[in-house]
Amino acid sequence: MIAALLSLMTLGLFLGGLLGLAARFFKVEGNPLETEIEAMFPGSQCGQCGFPGCTPAAAAVVSGTAPVTLCPPGGRGLAEALADKLGVSADLSGMEDKPPAYAHVREGLCIGYTKCFKRCPTDAIIGGPKQIHAVFRDACTGCEKCYDVCPTECIEMRPVEPTLQTWYWPKPLEVA
Amino acid sequence: MKLFKIRGGVHPDDYKALTAKHAIETLPLPDLLHIPLQQHIGSPAAPVVRRGEQVLKGQLLAHSQGMISAPVHAPTSGRVMGVGNYPAHHASGLSVPTITLKPDGKDQWVNNTAIPIDPFKLPPEEIATRVAAAGIVGMGGATFPAAVKLNLRTRYTLETLVINGAECEPFLTCDDRLMQEQAADVIDGIRIMAHALGVEKIIIGIENNKPDAQSAMETEAAVYPDICIAHLPTRYPMGSEKHLVQTLTGLETPARSLTADIGVVVHNVATALAVHDALRHGRPLLSRVVTVSGGAIRAPKNLRVLIGTPVDDLLSYCGGFTSTPARLISGGPMMGQRLPGTRVPIIKGSSGILALTRKEIMNDAVMPCIRCASCVRACPCGLVPLEMANHARVGDLEGAASFGLMDCIACGSCAYVCPSNIPLVQYFNYAKGELTARQRTEHKQAETRRLAELRSERMEKQKRAKREALAKRRQAAKAQQQKKVAEAEV
Amino acid sequence: MDPALVSGPHAHGATSISRTMALVMLALLPATLFGVYLYGWPALNLLLITVASALVAEAACLKLAGKPVRPYLMDGSAVLTGWLLAMTLPPWAPWWIGVTGSLFAIVVGKQVFGGIGQNLFNPAMVARVALLIAFPLEMTTFTTPSPLFSSDAPGFLGGLAITFGSAPHIDMVSGASTLGHVKTEMSRGISLDAALAPVFDFMTGFIGYMPGSLGETSALLILAGGIYLLFKRIISWHIPVSLIASLLLLAALFHGIDPDRYIGPLVHLLSGATLLGAFFIATDLVTSPVTAKGQLLFGAGCGALVFIIRTWAAYPEGMAFAVMLMNALTPLIDHYIRPRVYGRDRKGEPLVYESKPEPPA
Repeated sequence: MIAALLSLMTLGLFLGGLLGLAARFFKVEGNPLETEIEAMFPGSQCGQCGFPGCTPAAAAVVSGTAPVTLCPPGGRGLAEALADKLGVSADLSGMEDKPPAYAHVREGLCIGYTKCFKRCPTDAIIGGPKQIHAVFRDACTGCEKCYDVCPTECIEMRPVEPTLQTWYWPKPLEVA
Repeated sequence: MKLFKIRGGVHPDDYKALTAKHAIETLPLPDLLHIPLQQHIGSPAAPVVRRGEQVLKGQLLAHSQGMISAPVHAPTSGRVMGVGNYPAHHASGLSVPTITLKPDGKDQWVNNTAIPIDPFKLPPEEIATRVAAAGIVGMGGATFPAAVKLNLRTRYTLETLVINGAECEPFLTCDDRLMQEQAADVIDGIRIMAHALGVEKIIIGIENNKPDAQSAMETEAAVYPDICIAHLPTRYPMGSEKHLVQTLTGLETPARSLTADIGVVVHNVATALAVHDALRHGRPLLSRVVTVSGGAIRAPKNLRVLIGTPVDDLLSYCGGFTSTPARLISGGPMMGQRLPGTRVPIIKGSSGILALTRKEIMNDAVMPCIRCASCVRACPCGLVPLEMANHARVGDLEGAASFGLMDCIACGSCAYVCPSNIPLVQYFNYAKGELTARQRTEHKQAETRRLAELRSERMEKQKRAKREALAKRRQAAKAQQQKKVAEAEV
Repeated sequence: MDPALVSGPHAHGATSISRTMALVMLALLPATLFGVYLYGWPALNLLLITVASALVAEAACLKLAGKPVRPYLMDGSAVLTGWLLAMTLPPWAPWWIGVTGSLFAIVVGKQVFGGIGQNLFNPAMVARVALLIAFPLEMTTFTTPSPLFSSDAPGFLGGLAITFGSAPHIDMVSGASTLGHVKTEMSRGISLDAALAPVFDFMTGFIGYMPGSLGETSALLILAGGIYLLFKRIISWHIPVSLIASLLLLAALFHGIDPDRYIGPLVHLLSGATLLGAFFIATDLVTSPVTAKGQLLFGAGCGALVFIIRTWAAYPEGMAFAVMLMNALTPLIDHYIRPRVYGRDRKGEPLVYESKPEPPA
């Protein structure tokens, strides 16, 4: 009985010691989680989440001060992915499932106000004062900042349509 | 000649008896033709005609754009009714830019100013140019621009031209009939292609379930000692380019490479015939042979069809359906895709229209995977389909890729043998598509970040410029002041 | 399901889970019928009650899990599990052994993991091992054969009494299986030859007229069934061949070193559940590796473990333990042993051929 006691105690001390050494020599510095989360965001620094950019937003999500549903351009998909990564449950009921969209200027209504292109975080709108503006589709992220500010409401958000090049087969339905 | 073995593969019922003995019939002129601008791999063609224009048969409708592209020609004479969107010959049901042509019934050829010269006197680049101008693409279904393949001789050392007469898909007999009925023309086109590639050795691979085609081609090729007909064992997917080359040479094409890397270029039989038409008669690619077959078709046939003919016309010529088909497929049953409807046009790559009954499909309810490994044994590429599908199902796409997803040729052998009827190929198609979509999203995010950074730099620069301008003005104002004071003192 | 969103292929072979299970059952049938003939009505009763309780357990679990009962029940996997389990039980065991075993096999061995295709261990072996450890007496009591309709065999009602009642038949002669007998005798100090002689000769072993469980006895019929499965391509040759080969190699080696202490290869082959295990149990589709090389490794491991357990461990029969231990290694084998991808070498890099000369520009 003494032998059993001693042997188990020694084992415990030895393994505990190993763990302590590992904690000191294999310690991970910093919080790589924040960088990972930031990489998941759209990256347009649009500010719709209320934070002045994607980096502080990522920090807030990681520390828990902001919910995972904070990013409108990221939509449902991003919220789910964030919830998955952080291991939290997310209440997605408030989120509308917005498909990816791009802004389009209806040229007949444009008065050259210039407010929109000054706000665009990726400089996707071209134009000058009193000149008709146009949106570079490839650069547009659908953040809707221009849409909010146009006085003649000439900007409309159009959904990004799948083309033959971007379409692919959906996942087969689950087995019963 | 010595043949090598390929791994895996399956042996489906070939159902070729339905149409193998039917000679090719020419479909009468349809009422309307819809010619899509993209019937090939690469960039779509750009239209050169407008609504209302009269065109002649063989006239250019849209020219190719970029290095990998192909032009599109008018299959018959008539009036251009419009250049707009029309449902594509694709399972998605999406629409693509299409030229609609109303035939005038005269079938009048455009003036062919190019006098046919002996192609063997032309330099190889000229042959490739003419093939490109004729809009010839791979007619086996891959639709890769043939001229680009012919120009591979400039970048690779080529030794052999392999002609793919395997036609391993069940039901399809278009290549079989072509080889039986127009063997001389096919051989001529093959020799022209060999001349364009600068190779001497030619091997024509024909599966053993086509003995008539084998003998017809052998008779025609007898006078040419460099042409050899290989009697391929009947096994799916013998027609897969990489596996055909492995059977004939014993060499595996290295991953992510072309067969040209091992000195071989593969072309389809029908492509060879199109090259013959283009180089000997100056005719662009305007029609192709399509097999209309399946248990639900009243009169299965092999039809010569103008590009752009609606599928409806082919079906009614074949007597329509005897019963509602369980599935309507374009191509063969293994790699073909469902047609979204019958309004869609025949395109350069449509080798077959099949109306299949439930019995021919023999698919049952999907059950869970029992890890029987039949799929592993059947896969000709040495992958582990059951793991790929299981990983794709739970969303672990990187895991699926680690089992070889990107090397999958989507032949369908695995799904064919699966006792649980799992739609394996659909999992792989979904996973590949999802991975590409994610890459696109990442690319877009990187771009967005870059643009956002550029913008903040620009704003910074503006601010700095303003500050400097302000500082300069202050300096100048100060200097002015001092000058005034100094002047006043004097 | 929107039928438009189904991709190819639009052709399928004549394979299905129920066909696979049916063919395995067909392959088992000759040996089972012979076993029933050999041991009489009690054996049949045990077989039926085991299979029936497997079906009931499966139906109950499916209902509980909210899955559709009919397709899963009809695929034959529960019946096969019950049947295989019955093949490894002593033929005159009481009914509750069969029922407990089936319940254990289906509920703990299969459904708890997530149903068909998800289990890590062979369900029949899980049950057998559990029974062996929990009820050692009932699981090691064998009888000498008393063929059906012969004078000393129990009649139909007598059979019911044996299986469902608790009174043993007055004519029952208990007899140990070959390996069990040898083990006990050798532990008593009797030499191997002397222990083996009264109970084993080649023909008896091959035909199967000796004590054992239903599947242990007729090597001939089990082998025939196994070859039928190979011919029908339900199983591949890799596992049976490597299992038998490694067992025979080790047995021959040790028997050669010391013929008096170690049982020879022929005895190993024909007694115990060697052939049943090689063709029907180790080849269980769900729990064996998916690649050919992996299967060879798996079979060799099973064979080696069977020899080790039979020779040096406390149990005379090692197949169940050996198979379960190798089942635990199957995911590891599948992770590391993968087939070579077309166009790539063993490491996964694209193939490189010796360089060809560049064409003139």
